[in-house]
Amino acid sequence: MSETKETREKELGEKAVIKVSEMDPRFKYEIRKIPGAEKIMLCFQCGTCTADCPIARFSDSYRPRKLMRMTQLGLKDRILSSDVIWLCAACFTCVDHCPQDVGIASIIRALRNLAVDEGFIPRVYKELGSCVLKTGYAYRIPELRHRKREEQGLPPLPKANVESIAKLSDVTGFSKLFEEKKVA
Amino acid sequence: MAELKYMLFLGCVIPYRISSYEISARKVAEKLGIELVEMPEFNCCGLPLDPVSHDMMLTLAARNLCLAEQQKLNIMTLCTGCAGTMRKVNMTLKEDKKLKEKVNGYLKETGLEFKGTIKVRHLIQMLAEDVGLERIKATVQKPLNPLKVAEHNGCHVLRPTKYIGFDDPENPTILKNLIELTGAKCLDYMDETECCGAPIIGVNDVIPLQLAREKLNHIMAVGAQALVTVCPFCHMMYDLHQSRIERAFNEKFGIPVLHYTQLLGLAMGFSPDELGFKELRVNATKLLDQLGS
Ligand code: SF4
Ligand code: SF4
Repeated sequence: MSETKETREKELGEKAVIKVSEMDPRFKYEIRKIPGAEKIMLCFQCGTCTADCPIARFSDSYRPRKLMRMTQLGLKDRILSSDVIWLCAACFTCVDHCPQDVGIASIIRALRNLAVDEGFIPRVYKELGSCVLKTGYAYRIPELRHRKREEQGLPPLPKANVESIAKLSDVTGFSKLFEEKKVA
Repeated sequence: MAELKYMLFLGCVIPYRISSYEISARKVAEKLGIELVEMPEFNCCGLPLDPVSHDMMLTLAARNLCLAEQQKLNIMTLCTGCAGTMRKVNMTLKEDKKLKEKVNGYLKETGLEFKGTIKVRHLIQMLAEDVGLERIKATVQKPLNPLKVAEHNGCHVLRPTKYIGFDDPENPTILKNLIELTGAKCLDYMDETECCGAPIIGVNDVIPLQLAREKLNHIMAVGAQALVTVCPFCHMMYDLHQSRIERAFNEKFGIPVLHYTQLLGLAMGFSPDELGFKELRVNATKLLDQLGS
């Protein structure tokens, strides 16, 4: 899969034995403080999320239930360096179906944000991010498109306020995050 | 009836490569007497960056909301992703004072403040709730009678229920009703509400293609002549990538993927050219010939 090279070998790890030294008991509390991820401890491992997840159906490694358990157990390094957390399509099926209202998709988002803090960011997100920083849009809209709009009778695309975006990126810490981090 | 005037939020995918949606949406909006005001200096809705930085997502979405608040207009967007995101952020910031303060702290740097005075609508929500089915039906001049299609809502117009609360996410009927008022029949098929898979393209391309292939197979099985979408991202998955799916699995689909606004536009009597049919990757000529359009 993916262009992400460094983490390719570091999938969630089917290693049968979990060593106590791998577990960070504070991790779940760290996660719990993040907006949207407050309910991580409520997961009782029923498996509804995995059963209903469209991605899990076609992936050998993506299992939201397992990710919730690994988070509770504090297997921080294994999770954050894994490609697998980037497979959620944010379809919110699990969010609607979870009997404990765990908010799985937001927890996965929180895990991804932490992974980025640790320097793991898939190339596609790096590209989307730098495009927003440079143009205000997630995709670079080619000059040709702008000209075509005129031919098609569409109004010109409003000019983005790149200065404002730059300011907001600075104050939210987004731009800093971006400059320093390597592509995972 | 309330005045039908909205601030149009285009988002990034439509201007990037799905102009047929914008062209047809503007046409049908005009016909329905809906006034669309361009949003000045808008930016990405924030959704693509949520996995990188939740704070940046919130701030980008909130900035767009502020721009609409300044002009005292509700937002209407054609993309389910943009609609879902801005809707969720709008609700969250209205409810969570602490988070609102935090985001407003960021926005202050650019002279903006989120107040929470407007609403966010997706196209089909605007059509069903604000315009109303009767009024839309009255504009149909050329019923698309023999046509049989299938619908794909797109996740973010249905889920999470907690924030969207629009249609029944397990058995959505609103888009079906909107389709059937054009005279076309909307068929049921297996796993209708399943995700198109597009959000993980770039991280993993195999799974989205498998998901999209499955959907195309399911709609073929019930005899649908076209798939109708209401999101540029989902549309891309089924139209732009359809030939790629055919090659990858050595199967033939040839199923035209229409934006709902193209379908409605045909029924209103617009020509295929006026509705951007030429921009579609999967040729719809056969279907148009059958309709005599
Ligand atoms: S559905 Fe909810 S409670 Fe059940 S395993 Fe998934 S997260 Fe845990
Ligand atoms: S939101 Fe993510 S984890 Fe949940 S069902 Fe959808 S793809 Fe699977």
